[in-house]
This record gives sequence, C-alpha cells and structure tokens, in this order.
Amino acid sequence: MKQFVPFVLPLTIAVLATSRPAETRGPVDGAADKAGDKAIVHVLNRIAFGPRPGDVERIRAVGIDRYIDQQLHPPRVGDPGMAARLSDLASIGMSSHEIAREYELPQLQARRERKQNAEADQAGAPPKPDPLQQKANGVIVELAQQKVLRAIYSERQLQEVLTDFWFNHFNVDARKGRDRFLLTEYERETIRPRVLGKFRDLLEATAKSPAMLFYLDNWLSADPSGPHMEMLPPRVARGPFGGRVVVPGGPRPRPQGKNAPKGLNENYGRELMELHTLGVDGGYTQKDVTEVARAFTGWTIDNPRQGGGFTFNPRLHDTGQKVVLGHVIKAGGGESDGEQVLDILAKEPATARLIATKLARRFVSDTPPPALVDRAAARFQATDGDLREVTRTILTSPEFLAPESYRAKVKTPFEFVVSAARALGADVQEALPLVRQLQQLGMPLYQCQPPTGYKDTADAWVNTGALVSRMNFALTLAGNKLRGVSVASLPTADEVLVGDLSETTRATIAKASDAPQMAALTLGSPEFQRR
Amino acid sequence: MVSRRLFLKNGAFAFVSLGFAPSFLSRTALAATGRSKQLIAIFQRGAVDGLSMVVPFGEADYYRARPSIAIPRPNGENGALDLDGFFGFNPHLQALKPLWDRRQLAIVNACGSPDSTRSHFDAQDYMETATPGVKSTADGWLNRYLQARKAEEATPFRAVALTSQLPRMLQGTAPALAMSQIAQFGIRGGQGGDGAGASFEREYAAAADHLLNGTGKEAFNAIKMLKSTDPSRYQPANGAEYPRSPFGQALRQIAQLSKSNVGLEVAFADVGGWDTHVNQGAAQGQLANKLEDFSRAIAALVVDLGDRMEDTVILTMSEFGRAVNENGNRGTDHGHGNAMMVIGGNVRGGHVYGKWPGLAAEKRYEGRDLAVTTDFRDVFGEIVARHLGVSNPSAIFPGYSVQSSRYAGLFA
Repeated sequence: MKQFVPFVLPLTIAVLATSRPAETRGPVDGAADKAGDKAIVHVLNRIAFGPRPGDVERIRAVGIDRYIDQQLHPPRVGDPGMAARLSDLASIGMSSHEIAREYELPQLQARRERKQNAEADQAGAPPKPDPLQQKANGVIVELAQQKVLRAIYSERQLQEVLTDFWFNHFNVDARKGRDRFLLTEYERETIRPRVLGKFRDLLEATAKSPAMLFYLDNWLSADPSGPHMEMLPPRVARGPFGGRVVVPGGPRPRPQGKNAPKGLNENYGRELMELHTLGVDGGYTQKDVTEVARAFTGWTIDNPRQGGGFTFNPRLHDTGQKVVLGHVIKAGGGESDGEQVLDILAKEPATARLIATKLARRFVSDTPPPALVDRAAARFQATDGDLREVTRTILTSPEFLAPESYRAKVKTPFEFVVSAARALGADVQEALPLVRQLQQLGMPLYQCQPPTGYKDTADAWVNTGALVSRMNFALTLAGNKLRGVSVASLPTADEVLVGDLSETTRATIAKASDAPQMAALTLGSPEFQRR
Repeated sequence: MVSRRLFLKNGAFAFVSLGFAPSFLSRTALAATGRSKQLIAIFQRGAVDGLSMVVPFGEADYYRARPSIAIPRPNGENGALDLDGFFGFNPHLQALKPLWDRRQLAIVNACGSPDSTRSHFDAQDYMETATPGVKSTADGWLNRYLQARKAEEATPFRAVALTSQLPRMLQGTAPALAMSQIAQFGIRGGQGGDGAGASFEREYAAAADHLLNGTGKEAFNAIKMLKSTDPSRYQPANGAEYPRSPFGQALRQIAQLSKSNVGLEVAFADVGGWDTHVNQGAAQGQLANKLEDFSRAIAALVVDLGDRMEDTVILTMSEFGRAVNENGNRGTDHGHGNAMMVIGGNVRGGHVYGKWPGLAAEKRYEGRDLAVTTDFRDVFGEIVARHLGVSNPSAIFPGYSVQSSRYAGLFA
C-alpha cells in the first residue's frame, strides 16, 4: 500500500491544521485537558498497543474520532519507517513455496542423509543440534520478530491489533509439523489483508489456507468409500506371538506416502463451528460435525512438500448429500459443498454474536456490556459481516469511551511487552530478546497449542509467577540490559500513566535511586499491567 | 523461640510479610505440615489414547478396531506388559511396571465425564472444574479443595502449578502459585535489585486494584519463602533420573518443593502432545515416545520422593479417551472413556478398577467410543475424602452427590 504514502502525509498535516481551533484543548483549561488526555491514552491502549512519547499530543491535535476513523482505514495511514525496521528479516516476505525451497527441503535432505549414515545413533545420546534445523526454526523466529516490531512501530496500530486478534481467533500452532513454514504466508496473505473486510472472506481464506488445512488435519480428510480407496492385497505381518502371519487385504486404502488421505477427519469441522463461527453453544450436534467434515472432504493442499496452495481433489470428496444445521447441501456439489457450509455458518446469528462478543471483549472489557454486544452483532448481520463496520460500532460506542472501561483490561504478556517498549520510546535493533521474554512470560508467539487461541481475560494472565516475570522484564528493559534494545531518554511515570498513577506508586517511584529504576517501577507497577 | 502454636495462629506470613526470612522457617513449616498429605495432579492435555496406554489385549475387538496401531499381545515382540491377564501396559510404560508390581499403582479404567463433548477445550474445562456440562463454574476443583480445607498454617507453596499459567483446576479464591522455573523465582536486577523488589512490593501492597493487589502480595511472600530453601542446589535422592524434557523437569521441581518443606500440599503439572489424529504409531512412534517420557518422569518422581510417597498420591488424567476404531490416517479421533492412574504408598494398587464395558460395537458409547462406567468425580471425590481427609466433599463437587458407596476402594 505504499502508493498511499505521499497522499497521507499532507492529509494528516491538513487535519492537524484545521482541527486545532475546533477542539481548543490547550493549556488554558488544565482539568479538561487532563480528562481529555486520559481518554486519548485509553484509546491508544485499546486500538493501539499503548502510547509512545508524543502520541497523546499528536492525537489531541487530530481528535479522537478522526484518529479512530483513520485507523479503521489502514491504507490511509502512512507507515514510512516500517520497511526499514523489517529489512533484516529475510523470510517474512517469502511465499510458502520459497520458504519450503530455502528452509524446509535442505533440512529434510540433510535429515535423510543423517538417517542413512547413522542408524545406530538413534537409541543413545540426545541428538546434536542441527544447524539446518535451527535455520528452519528461524522462519518462525523471524515471524515473531516481525510481529513484535510491527506492534511497536507500525503507524497502522489498529491493523496490528486486529491481526493479532484474528490470528488468535483462527489460531494455528507453529509447532504442529510443517506449520512453522506456513504461518508466514498465513498471517501476511490470509489474515492481515482481511481484518477489516468481510468475515465470510476471512473465513474462506482461512479454510483454504495450507496452514489451517494442515493444523486441523482437513488436508487428509477423505470420503472413506471414495475412488481413492483400493482393496489391499494380502500382506505378511508380524503375528501376536512374534511369528509371521498373512493378513488378508480388506477394504482399506493403500497408503500413498506417509500421510496419504484415507478417511474422514472431523477435526476441522468441529473447530470451524465451535471456535471460528457458532461458538460452543451455537446449537450444532455431533451429526452436524460429521456432515460438515464430509462437505470439506477434498479440500486439501497441492504439493504440500513444495509449499503449495489450496486445491480441491475430487477423488477425496464425498459426493453425497449433506445436511448442515437443517440446510440441505445437494449431492454433487464438489468444491462448492464447503463454500455452502461457510455461507450457512457465516449467516447464523450465533456467529454474529460470537464475533461481536469477542471483539467487544478485546476492546471494552472482559465482561462486555450486553447492549453493546447486541448492537455489534446486529451490525454484523446488517452489513453481511463487514468487520470494519462491526469494529467501528464498538470503537465509536459510548461504552468504549465510558470511564469504567479505562484500565479495565489486564494486558496480555504481548500487550505488556509491546506497550512497555512503546512507552519508553525504545529503539529495537534486535527483536529476538523481546520474543524470548514473551516465552518467559507464558505467551510464546505463534505457539498456542489449542485451536482456541490465547485467552483474552484477566484470569488467564494474573498469577504470581507471571507477575514476578513482568517486574523482572520492567527492570531489564528500563535498565537498558536487553541486548539489541536501547532506551535513551526515559519518560516520567506521569507521562507514561497519564492520570492513572496512585499516590503510593507515585511516592514509591519518587524515592527510587535513579531514572532507570523509576522507569522500571513505572512499567512494573500495578497501574501499567492494565490498559 | 516463638512457640509453634503462635506460629500456626499467625501463619507463616506473619513473619515473611514483615520482611524477615527467618532461618527456622523451613523447620517450622515442616512441623506444621510434616504429616500432611500431598496430591500431585498430572494432566495429559490433548486426550491420550487410553487404549494404547492400558491395552485391553484380552479383547479381540481391540485388534479388529485397530489393524495398524494396536499394541500386540504380551510375550510377542513389542507386546503389552501383562498386568492381570486381560489388560497390559504399553511397553513404553515399563518404568511404571515396578509400581504396579509393588501394588502402589492402581488404574481406573473406562473413567470419564457424563458429558458427551469431544472438544478438548470443553472437556478439559469440565475435568478441571469438575462440573461437566457447566461452563460458568468460577473455580477449579482443586481450588475448591483448598477453600474447603482452610489451612491456617498455609504457606504460599500450599498449591503450586509447574506451569507458566495457572491451570483452571487451581484457579479460584484460594491462593495458588504458578511458576515454570522455581530457581528463577524472584526479582532480579543485580545491584539495586533488592531495592526494586521492596519498591514493587510497596506498590502492589497499596494497589486499589483488588486482583493485582492480592496476586502481588502472594508473589512477594512466595519469593521470600523460597529464597530460604536455596532451590538452585537441588539433588534428586535415591538415584532418581528425570528425563530432560519439560515434563521431567516439572516433576523434578515438584519433588524439590515437596522436600524443601515449604508446605506443599497440592502440585500440578501438565504434558501435551497426545492429540494423535495422524500416525499415532503403535509400540513405536509418536505416542510411544510420549509415553516413554511420561512414565520415566513419574517413575523418577516416585523414586525421588522415597518415603514421602507414604503421604502422597499422584493422579494422572486426560480430558477424554480416543475413538475405538483407528481413523483413516492411522491415528485416532476424539473419543470418550479413558484410563486414570492413581499412585501412592497407601493406594491399593496392582488392580484395574472400574467396570469394563467392552469394545464390541453395541457396548460402545454412541457406537464408537469406550463407554464411561466411572464418573471422574467419584475418583476425585475418593481421593479428596480418603487421602486428603475431607469428611464431606460435597462442596467441592457442586451439582453432584459424591457417595462413598460409589468409591472404587482405592485406599486401604
């Protein structure tokens, strides 16, 4: 979206120039100014990853409403510094095909050779670290660095917040097999461009993404009686008491490679309804799960080892009629069976409700006001699932700006680390140490095992161990002890926590021996753990 | 010296919250808790295939249902380890076999939830809250145990999860601690680090924010107490060798806390990777490797705890079992009933408890899964009542009538 940059800057300046007289928020009225600044900090804590030095003044000049509107249109926001920050991360712009060629295949080749050379090694000592394996893991490490850098530096903050949110909604764990080579493209091509688009498009993009097809096993799911099945010839096998016996060939598939598709796999069908659309109370049955799984048979990956994309394989597809939530999907629909399922699910009121609830929970509070959820869900249905409009409904609601929403959310470790770096105006030359800190804080990036994604409520993140780790991180960061991350001029506690500083915290910080200690006591304070 | 009674009355916090770390702390904690019972709960997240763990080799249906992933009958190569002529351990549970032989390990088979969910998320939630079908339950059952059994002498280490996040099972109003590395638990920062710790402590002690105030207080109490036990110097006893895996290290640290006499009563660890939809393997492979790690870690814990096992129960659980038939990818899909293990000095081990429903198609749950004949709350309830000594566990299991008549008889 670089073509927008030259256009954006003059616009911002124009807004700056015109909005000031109308807002009249100057040093004249101190109290009003403070209240206004608190609201600005609140907005920055919610639709951005917290304020950087100077952000409050910038938004005061533009106006909150205008800022929110800009953020809802990321291409209209110039982001000139981002490319340079990311330029060292070689893999983040690569396609899955390129990543397979550059990272995965060399590692597989080396592994095969090692296996041939040293079968004997397997039982004994733990395997030595393999440089190619480490290079392969580097793909996900670079992706994680990219995520941290964008969250800290991108001017398109809402887009980054939403990319984090929607990735988490359609979570894929990098540790599942090949997925560590697929998430780069998944986030860049599947998630990020669609976070303010139509939900139905995002849903289909994830359904067809190799990352999701692999993570929830749909790429292997096949009609058990389809044309790919063959009768097995009799084979000789080991008998129960060690001898050799002849096993008759049954109506079982002939394996074609290690992971050849051989039968129905319900994993995607279930999570699609439970987590991606209807929600666990969305009124579907085990029968619906099986029918949805049947509809998606044949949705698979083309040339998986080469990082191929989505393909529909009719030989794996169950051609019969399916009935999903009472809707009949006629026999013979082929690839469109799955698309029809997505149509059905995207239109269900339960889906609108789930998405509205989750977005309101992210932006407003752990227990979002029911009236707001109702309005956001209604907007979802009225706009055919237009996520920009649903998000706008929440961000422009009175509930969003209500004082009881201020600091109502406990930051996740990711939000904490990123907001701390932003608050200090840190210069991150190397993001890897920050990525490692997140592991320590219990939120390793791209490694959330269950398809549920990470929790977005305080109970998941407030515990003694995590709290101690947060204080330690504050000391390390503010003390300039994190390799590759430097902080120059440290802001005061009042600058960081605008209007939300308790008397005790203020007094405690005032007694600290030096500026780094003061900054650490600010970032590790109870106040800063919330947004 | 302060009398024990005074210590008990005021609790360990009376000292630590004043900023002292008294040298007699560990001795006193021992005096207070030396005879107390311990429960170590282990969660196999992802739904372990119980039929590969405790193999019903006496059932022909088992072999019919799993042509490529069944564990062979005993005596054959890679065969099951015969337990009672009908069930056998997976060969990769070899490390636990001596406990079975010494009758310290019991199995409760066909155990699980009355709820039919096959969602990991919900089933784990139900097992951790012990309220199947009810998602709104505020706290976990182990936390409700802590609430029900208010211990005046409780230390910050009464309930510890060796995880980075507190598991649902331990969430609730009673204090519980989550930490993945006990030796690193504390406020770091070189010179001036102590000053920072004290300053942070002041901030949190005065915080109006109820949640962070409470958790902050717990954190600083725990730091002081742990410091007095010097956790970085731990050597396992009796030649116990833990696997270097995260799970092995978690159990090692549980033993360490247990033997440090810091008042550990309930410990929790979890281990993932059981969701074997594809290429599960049989006597070798993905699942076999997981079981090897699992069993060696638990066996090491038992060896390391030594005599302490007399007062300890180790309980393993997983959210549900896996379908009886193998799926089209030589793996298994989500199922229903599963096997739990109960290990301890006072456990009546060497026996597979629970009525075995059989694997014939008509005996299966919803035609596909091992049926549940023992509600998991009866196992939890029996442990809470007979091991931890809660006379009436009904408050711990809301909506369920725990009755001793339904106990399996796990304890002598």
